[in-house]
Amino acid sequence: MTITSVPTPAVAPVQDIAELGLRESATFDRATIADIQRAAATGVYDIRGWGAKRKVPHFDDLLFLGASMSRYPLEGYREKCDTDVVLGDRYASRPLHLATPVTIAGMSFGALSANAKEALGRGASEVGTSTTTGDGGMTPEERGQSKHLVYQYLPSRYGMNPDDLRKADAIEIVLGQGAKPGGGGMLLGQKITERVAGMRTLPVGIDQRSASRHPDWTGPDDLEIKIGELREITDWKTPIYVKIGASRPYYDTALAVKSGADVVVLDGMQGGTAATQQVFIENVGIPTLAAIPQAVQALQELGMHRKVQLIVSGGIRTGADVAKAMALGADAVAIGTAALIALGDNDPRYAAEYSALGSAAGFYDDFQDGRDPAGITTQDPELSSRLDPVAAGKRLANYLRVLTMEAQTIARACGKSHLHNLEPEDLVALTIEASAMARVPLAGTSWIPGVQGSF
Amino acid sequence: MVTLTAPEATAPALDGPTVVDLAGAPVRDLNQALHQGAGGQSWTITNPGGKHSLAVGINADVSVTIEGHAGYYAAGMHQKGTVEITGNAGVGLAENIMSGTVHVKGDASQSAAATGHGGLVVIDGNAGARCGISMKGVDIVVGGNIGHMSAFMAQAGRLVVCGDAGDALGDSIYEARIYVKGTVASLGADCIEKPLRAEHLEELADLLAAAGRTDNPADFKRYGSARNLYHFHVDNSTAY
Repeated sequence: MTITSVPTPAVAPVQDIAELGLRESATFDRATIADIQRAAATGVYDIRGWGAKRKVPHFDDLLFLGASMSRYPLEGYREKCDTDVVLGDRYASRPLHLATPVTIAGMSFGALSANAKEALGRGASEVGTSTTTGDGGMTPEERGQSKHLVYQYLPSRYGMNPDDLRKADAIEIVLGQGAKPGGGGMLLGQKITERVAGMRTLPVGIDQRSASRHPDWTGPDDLEIKIGELREITDWKTPIYVKIGASRPYYDTALAVKSGADVVVLDGMQGGTAATQQVFIENVGIPTLAAIPQAVQALQELGMHRKVQLIVSGGIRTGADVAKAMALGADAVAIGTAALIALGDNDPRYAAEYSALGSAAGFYDDFQDGRDPAGITTQDPELSSRLDPVAAGKRLANYLRVLTMEAQTIARACGKSHLHNLEPEDLVALTIEASAMARVPLAGTSWIPGVQGSF
Repeated sequence: MVTLTAPEATAPALDGPTVVDLAGAPVRDLNQALHQGAGGQSWTITNPGGKHSLAVGINADVSVTIEGHAGYYAAGMHQKGTVEITGNAGVGLAENIMSGTVHVKGDASQSAAATGHGGLVVIDGNAGARCGISMKGVDIVVGGNIGHMSAFMAQAGRLVVCGDAGDALGDSIYEARIYVKGTVASLGADCIEKPLRAEHLEELADLLAAAGRTDNPADFKRYGSARNLYHFHVDNSTAY
């Protein structure tokens, strides 16, 4: 839908509505009504980007217990709080050693512009962390600008080739993503330009559906053999990650470990996507908060916690989120949506253009349309050229530094000399739901619903 | 015969192929030696015992003969050289092959030549389900029959079947071309029979010749995409 001029609001401003005594239905709120009207008008389900927008228990529902009498804190700038992380030293002879545990999640060239991919590589490399390819192969721009590049191995195998495999610093076998566990990728025709089509061996301009199952293996026994093949091709040098969308993380993590993964990547339902059915994004998968303890439990029961590293993604926004994920047992985190925002996504400077697209700065999620005013989720040359990869990379590097310093601030307050020393005992929950999911006590009590104590 | 315990043992003999006996040597040593091998070398693998990931990641113009049966992913991600398997091959034969030739004298299990980007895969016997799944430019010639869901989401390349094809052939196919001499149990979504024109007879003759076959191209039928699912449309909702 193209809106060429901004229509006069058909409804009274919010304040007037309240004064009129009108009551909005909690069940049929305005967004729901608009969804029904849209479905009735078009006959096709809504496809959009971004992750789950519904409110779910999250890191916001956890608080840290700072040090005081019983534990003592570290001095802010004087005492060291390390942040580095080694990923993939279980079997790979060349594990990644990153300066910060905040990595960049997989996002494809195709979903993103070449400039955006380059900016992600620049920003990540500046702070010594990794970036990740996506469903569409490796571009020279991102390989050239990425010190540590993770090469995704997806069901579609678009652009998969052994030359790039050997160039990768790590391989991530993707079983699913948090926005759509059990679903394959989508890329609508507006973004299948000649270059994107060429890299994926597809006709230009088609609405592309990616497979949701790998073409040559099914289940953990096959995966073990598949991982063996990838190790043989790369002479056992390259770390192999297995990425799962959070649905049954206890079993999936255990099976990934059994299959020989060096690293498990766990993506919760708030994790973003470039194009997926809204009904899928909002209704399939579990919150990041609920997923982490299950994965950590599986690792601990197998004696593999910290040996097979856990990377958590899906709703990481602040250094507090980083610290909370790590306190729950993650070795590292990955950011996608937040990284795009740091590059310039949903920037208010494009407010007029978001409005012209029927959206608004802070709400824009039509990544599938390829008309991103910020030049990030597009293949349009004019729009893409708006994003300066050097300046955007700098913004991302700034943001990554802030995340790292914020996490350090909290870790020092908890008396920890390394982010990895954060532990569940440092946390309490604000709500019963978060307490049960994160398996940390409700603040002020010793109660963890389903685990210990009683209210 | 060498055991691959010392680097000098991997050097090919001047008067014939290097023989690697997998009854003694680990697969890992074999593959590393093959990765370090130079063009023009010949290798013979004995006692493969159905082991997985044999001769994967080859990236030089070498000639490898596997005397016996191979497990999963034989000649996976193959480039440039030639791999011949005298027995049968397991799941994912020559998966994601880029170039070169892989030739199986016996049968191949499911997902043969899956996602292959180029090169030629010849299976003298039958191939299981999902043969040529998501193929992206590879040419496949099967002497016998192929199983169900073959050429699923096939994007580019040619699949030639001298026997019969199973159910749902070419489901959700893109631009790959399929030639079948025998019967097709059923066609998948958006896959249709198409006219066999002169240019198709010509490319089919070339493919059959490359595979060392004497079948008559005129006996085949051609199948490909109706291109009705290329764009999301409300009337196709049940096909997604």
